Amino acid sequence: MTAAFDTTARQAWMGLLARAIPARLEQLFPDLPPHDMLRPPEVGAVMVQGRAGGTGQPFNLGEVTVTRCALRLASGAVGHAHVQGRDKAHATRAAVLDALLQTDAAAPLRASVLAPLEAEETARRATRAAKAAATRVEFFTLVRGEDQ
Amino acid sequence: MYVAVKGGERAIDSAHAWLAEERRGDLSIAELSVPQIRAQLALAVNRVMAEGSLYDPDLAALAIKQSRGDLIEAVFLIRAYRTTLPRFGASRPVETAQMAVIRRISATFKDLPGGQILGPTFDYTHRLLDFKLAAEGDAPPAAATAPAGLAAVPRVTDFLNRDGMIETEARSDATPPDLTREPMEMPSQRPLRLQALTRGDEGFILSLAYSTQRGYGRTHAFVGELRIGMVAVQMDIPELGFAVDIGEVELTECETVNQFKGSKTEPPQFTRGYGLVFGQTERKAIAMSLVDRALRWKELGEENIGAPAQDEEFVLMHADNVQATGFLEHIKLPHYVDFQSELELIRRLRADVFATQEAAE
Repeated sequence: MTAAFDTTARQAWMGLLARAIPARLEQLFPDLPPHDMLRPPEVGAVMVQGRAGGTGQPFNLGEVTVTRCALRLASGAVGHAHVQGRDKAHATRAAVLDALLQTDAAAPLRASVLAPLEAEETARRATRAAKAAATRVEFFTLVRGEDQ
Repeated sequence: MYVAVKGGERAIDSAHAWLAEERRGDLSIAELSVPQIRAQLALAVNRVMAEGSLYDPDLAALAIKQSRGDLIEAVFLIRAYRTTLPRFGASRPVETAQMAVIRRISATFKDLPGGQILGPTFDYTHRLLDFKLAAEGDAPPAAATAPAGLAAVPRVTDFLNRDGMIETEARSDATPPDLTREPMEMPSQRPLRLQALTRGDEGFILSLAYSTQRGYGRTHAFVGELRIGMVAVQMDIPELGFAVDIGEVELTECETVNQFKGSKTEPPQFTRGYGLVFGQTERKAIAMSLVDRALRWKELGEENIGAPAQDEEFVLMHADNVQATGFLEHIKLPHYVDFQSELELIRRLRADVFATQEAAE
């Protein structure tokens, strides 16, 4: 029943599902299979920490809204989700996918859900990076008359 | 003395109904939507998230709509909402070195690795009102693009640090104090100060920072680096036994490089001030780094000249605009009994003075 996957791969898909735009995720994976809630979707807050000087002592920067959910599929696979924001449907869908991606159903879902999400996220990031790059200053030095 | 306290209900209901009507305003003008506020008043949304100490752009935009644009009232709404949320835990400290920067500048090095990236800035605009924006216009032309990698840009302080020219931040994994859970303790540690400053009122932090530049606790700050961009938020999930990205937040980070003559234990070297704030909040992040540096006078063995920005109790106890507003505005609420006693006291004192005067005549 359970397919081979390692923790790194699971961390990657959980992160990708958490960062996904909820409406897009719903489009890519509209119908949820039957599942039992182990922890129904719950909205809460996570305290985000920073470090003094970027690298020193941790400090509390402020909170972020997060929705978490845990559930079990009929097959017995258990899925978890912690997603930014207050969208319970997003958390539920991410938890269902987390469970399915641990099973034999993973391969088609990687192609139909994870691959497009990843490509779109990369494209969004690349667009921002490209706009930022266009604002990079190219210094040049003017030669003054008396120095010639 | 008992004073009647009932009777305001109808007036209060009417006042709130009128407030709702005024909030909506002229019905012949289209209503402002929350997504419009979120998208087009993004810097107001950022300020409300920073000072409300809760990163949720939709909620901040809603709060701005509800408060009719009164940003401190919006911050108050966010703080009140925040108290209803269970706390799931704390994230790992964010890795700002890995930030996907949209803006990154240094005032100390012209040709730094990674370059000077201006980003979507108001700098170099002429601050002339643009009347084209008053007309319903077409979409602006698309921003220019240039080939770019997705690699992180190095930190300015890292390459200053290679020569030992600047102090090193002592890394630790200590659990930081949280002023939303326990009252602030003085003398304070730097993590507590940084939390109070990042959620503090922008105007207050700005004025304090400005006061240090004008000589009230001068620290000779240069902006070593200012960067804005998205950073991943990662959290350890106990039931899984590993950490996952739960989302990402936009942050503004400012590191100042400051003069330091050296002390008994430290050679002359540059010292650092630090600012890190939710959203694109550049003025606040720069101001925070100046005030952070000014408050470090004791640990750096500097002289206390009695400047306001050096007084941690003054700074930390007055930085919060929700606390300040609450205490300031409570004096407009009914104080009939208090005032009655004051009135009687003044009447008695006046009677005593007049009686003494009459006796003297």
